[in-house]
Amino acid sequence: MSVDIVEKNLSTEVSSSIERSLNTKTFDYTIRKEALESFRKLGFPPAKNEEYKFTPLSRVLEKNLKAGLASASTTLNDPTTNTIPGLDALVVVIANGKVINVPSAEHGLTILPLAKALESNSEAQKHFSKYADHRVDPFTAWNTASWEDGLFIHVPDNKVIEKPVVLYYLQDAKDGQVISLNRNLIVAAKNSEITIIEKFDSITGTPGFNFSNTVNEIVVGENAGVNFYSIQNDQGGRHQFGLTQFYQSNYSRVNTFTFTLDGKLVRNNLQLTLDGEGIESHMYGLYLLNHDTLADNHTVVDHKKPNSFSNELYKGIMDESSRGVFNGKIYVRPDAQKTNAFQANRNILLTDKATVNTKPQLEIWADDVKCSHGCTSGQLDEEALFYLQTRGIAKETAQAMMLYAFAGELLDNVKHPVMKEYLDGVISERLHKNF
Amino acid sequence: MLSIKNLQAKIGEKQILNGINLEVKAGEVHAIMGPNGSGKSTLASVLAGREEFEVMEGEVNFLGKDLLEMAPEDRAREGVFLAFQYPVEIPGVSTINFMKTALNQIREHRGQQPLDAVSFLGVMKEKMKLVEIDQSLLNRSLNEGFSGGEKKRNEIFQMAMLEPKLAILDETDSGLDIDALKIVANGVNKLRSKSNAVVVVTHYQRLLDYIVPDFVHVLYKGKIVKSGTKELALELEAKGYDWIKDEVSVA
Repeated sequence: MSVDIVEKNLSTEVSSSIERSLNTKTFDYTIRKEALESFRKLGFPPAKNEEYKFTPLSRVLEKNLKAGLASASTTLNDPTTNTIPGLDALVVVIANGKVINVPSAEHGLTILPLAKALESNSEAQKHFSKYADHRVDPFTAWNTASWEDGLFIHVPDNKVIEKPVVLYYLQDAKDGQVISLNRNLIVAAKNSEITIIEKFDSITGTPGFNFSNTVNEIVVGENAGVNFYSIQNDQGGRHQFGLTQFYQSNYSRVNTFTFTLDGKLVRNNLQLTLDGEGIESHMYGLYLLNHDTLADNHTVVDHKKPNSFSNELYKGIMDESSRGVFNGKIYVRPDAQKTNAFQANRNILLTDKATVNTKPQLEIWADDVKCSHGCTSGQLDEEALFYLQTRGIAKETAQAMMLYAFAGELLDNVKHPVMKEYLDGVISERLHKNF
Repeated sequence: MLSIKNLQAKIGEKQILNGINLEVKAGEVHAIMGPNGSGKSTLASVLAGREEFEVMEGEVNFLGKDLLEMAPEDRAREGVFLAFQYPVEIPGVSTINFMKTALNQIREHRGQQPLDAVSFLGVMKEKMKLVEIDQSLLNRSLNEGFSGGEKKRNEIFQMAMLEPKLAILDETDSGLDIDALKIVANGVNKLRSKSNAVVVVTHYQRLLDYIVPDFVHVLYKGKIVKSGTKELALELEAKGYDWIKDEVSVA
């Protein structure tokens, strides 16, 4: 009872704050108002909410959110030590929710602040808020109603953008709380290709509450391809919610890579709507967790049309008292005959205190489909460890070898050489690879 | 080299080894035979350091050191090698990388420099010939999808790479056809020398036609109840184990 009241109070407070921020002059004023209504209806999810029952975002916000949603200012303006070494990329820096720099575009690529794009760009206006549904998820509603900054990225027909676009999200809560609400719209038009990388980092050892709510809408046109990386290695105690909503047309290709290595609480909603035929989508996730990090991956693949393919592989290693959550929904609509949809989630728990909750959810209305799912959770194979030890390999090395092999399966799917090397380095370091 | 005195071990509440005594000297080959469930594989596992087994009594001295005090990897570094009855499949770990790590950790223990990639490959190629194993197999994940014969050959390959002082072969012959058996036995024979010893645990006499033992011991109910020369193995083959059981019960 008391919990409900607490959540209600928090929801009311956030709604009022959103309402105060509304500006009739913005292009998306109507959408924001609708989203606010959605938020009022939904409220922050109570503890028993099915979608959030393992991830107490509401409780965290209630406990930490200072009155008002204003963020402390920051002088951060470059990602310094957090960059991906050797990556030739178009770099965007977002510090405490504000876009600091927008790279000069090349090869017909459009990169604009989203608010500016919404004033005049018809493609931005056409697609904005059409895919991320504010009516079902309160955090998405909150973001839609009061996002403060973000980008519009447009790849025109037939353009292949060789350089990845990297978005470095930096948080600095040393002068107080930071609440960042960012929103991006990415449109890859027919036959185009692009790679987008988002990376989350914070200044460590800062006292303020550190939260971000990031929503990406990514539209993948006919026969277009998008590679999307999310690298979450935030060592500054960030709590984060993210929704990345893909909308795919005929023959489009999407590869997503979600790597969670640090952060206080990470909630990723990754949703793919496959509204076409001949689509191929791969979702790869790796969460290597320690101390008390909680990482929650909620994914949805929605097959709406026939003859498409989706494959999902998420793996996790939970150390110390960390917690992993995986929920994978696959919908195969009545029209989506000849769908191939596969899902696997594998987890290793290294301590008695570490936990994982995993749940596949398949809802299939078509009758001629191939779908499979599997999830496993367990300890490292003791027999295999013993086998390696009997060859003279120290137990710690044997453990590192096995964990690296487990995680390495995901790296095999990263084709970009610089990203592969970078991620391999990060993972090797985390798993104490010394062989 | 190896001296086992009154070794008793249990798994859970079940005692399996009931006082084993065995002396193995450098240059010798010992065969340990016995009916199913007599404790043959348990003995091999206890010597290699498998944790599920609890040693209740007895001692094992290996080259002047207390073997039972050592972690499995230290036993291996001191020169003990166990060829598994059921080699473990380890996805994602290639045999080559695994062997390089193992060999270099053992070399470090011996105070030797680690082998660089080129020298390692040189050694590997030489040992591969010994067991007629193809490099494509070694590029793959350790034992993953290997046939029974390939797994056993890989065990002998690893043994050849690590050059142990004492090799314990735990039913390495089980499940092998005669050609694979010959390859495995041939590999073992080429590695025999005056300075190392082999303990062959087997259910069948057949292997002993190819790896000729100096001594044969019969294990029954966790004890060595009879020891002899290679003729004992032939006698067991001809008469089965029942006469041994009868002898034990009469005694």
